[in-house]
Amino acid sequence: MSEREQKRKPTESKEVTEETADELVSVHTSSSGEKLKAEMDDLLDEIDEVLEENAEEFVRNYVQKGGE
Amino acid sequence: MAIKKIVGIETEYGIAAKGKLSTNPVSASSYLVNCYAHAMFEKNTGWDFTDEQPGNDARGFLAASSVVPLIETQLINIVLYNGARFYVDHAHPEYSSPECGSPLEATLYDAAGQLVLKKAMKKAKETLSENEEIVVYKNNSDGKGNSYGCHENYLMDRSVPFSKIVDEILPFLVTRQIFCGAGKVGSENTKDKVDFQISQRADFFEEVVGLETTTKRPLVNTRDEPHSNSEKYRRLHLILGDANMSQVSTFLKLGTTALVLAMIEDNVFFKGSLRLEDPVRDIKRISHDIELTYLLKADGSKEFSALDIQYLFLEAAQDYVLKGGGEVVGGDEIAKQILERWENTLEGLSQDPLSLYKTVDWIAKYRIMDAYRNKHSLNWRSEKLAAIDLQYHDIRDDKSLFNLANMETLFMESELRVAEKEPPHSTRAYFRGKMLSKWPANIVSANWDSIVLDLGGKSLKKIPMLDPMKGTFEIVANLIDETNSVDELIEKLES
Repeated sequence: MSEREQKRKPTESKEVTEETADELVSVHTSSSGEKLKAEMDDLLDEIDEVLEENAEEFVRNYVQKGGE
Repeated sequence: MAIKKIVGIETEYGIAAKGKLSTNPVSASSYLVNCYAHAMFEKNTGWDFTDEQPGNDARGFLAASSVVPLIETQLINIVLYNGARFYVDHAHPEYSSPECGSPLEATLYDAAGQLVLKKAMKKAKETLSENEEIVVYKNNSDGKGNSYGCHENYLMDRSVPFSKIVDEILPFLVTRQIFCGAGKVGSENTKDKVDFQISQRADFFEEVVGLETTTKRPLVNTRDEPHSNSEKYRRLHLILGDANMSQVSTFLKLGTTALVLAMIEDNVFFKGSLRLEDPVRDIKRISHDIELTYLLKADGSKEFSALDIQYLFLEAAQDYVLKGGGEVVGGDEIAKQILERWENTLEGLSQDPLSLYKTVDWIAKYRIMDAYRNKHSLNWRSEKLAAIDLQYHDIRDDKSLFNLANMETLFMESELRVAEKEPPHSTRAYFRGKMLSKWPANIVSANWDSIVLDLGGKSLKKIPMLDPMKGTFEIVANLIDETNSVDELIEKLES
């Protein structure tokens, strides 16, 4: 899935010039982007900690017959 | 005028056992349900099967090729204080929520069901030997061509023809997965190979309409078993949904579907319903298309994306609630929540699907798996990714990858604990649950529409509960509170 460009509605007051509004938006976007990336890195580390031992074998043996 | 949508949701859990139960899922499932029963009840109240007629077909005939579902009366089957049913169905543990007065309440009782399963697993672990454990998964596929269901039930007006319901709801049903699909790596039972798809369940549908639930699965199930006054009501039984980990996804699924069904009853689509060229093909293609670009063919030569169709239903629903209010889905406030979330979700899907990673299961799962795959340079066919897919649906607090994703919830843990033991106030489930907690020794068995009492004499007494909207807190709470014995209760009910 390609990450589409996010449309944002600027919430700054009208007196702010367009230039600074753009800056504000881009600063906001990159800091929240970094935060998201850091969160994801932590999450990926945690996944390795909680995955079942021998995850591949476990999932290979997971067979469910007789369901609705 | 549409009738209030009483809603219920049933979840068949996937099951894996380590140790001696590993080769027998029926025994493992029975063990789990028994563990919960022993922990919660001095005496189990069994299910009364005498009224079950799963072979009745809503179309009024039984197709020659139909296989009538079997009722497995020998397996454990208990009624809970919250009015739910917890049992072994085929080779899986299944929790059927009590009848609920709104989609939001049904979402709460579905989540409370996860507490039931968690408690059952914990008790099982305490009683099994060190190397043994039973684990359940709230998903719908083993990734190897076997599926198990999450079924929804909606109360409908019997006077609305079944064929009208089918025709008018199909375009909505095949497209709603874009916001309530649980996501799946790979594909099953098809030559179309995909890396990742929106729905767990879409690969398993073969027919548009039919009675079966285990083979030749239909998009709309015709089981005509209203568990209520059959002249007045119909229970629409939908088997095509995914079991959701996200409470928001469950709420959206039940809420939007209930609204659309109410609109069908009120003839909103009378002349304007879309006719899909091939809904069985469409449900799979939409599921396989995470870019959301597939076009469905309808009404001859017209083409619509899944989002286009959902927007048509959303706009009709906004207009419907504006004119008639939200009583059909449990009140104006709940209708407002459904419409707002529906609109915001469709907007998110059209602009930036990944922005919905806190509410939509398939998007949360895709995001995690894609990041993991990039980090470790894995191919989508990697078994490690299949393991992540499975463990997203693990409901143990310390093992669930869904928990790690820290998604938005609708209820606090304390609310779930109450819902595990207290019935909803809004339906006859209140009467069932309260009778069970007040007079457990006198209750021989119960089912959706009756309770069988032992009054100490030679024969048993059956109390019918044919109307899901009676037996509510408002109607019977005082009666139950102010009555000291079941004999006295029968006297009062009969006077």
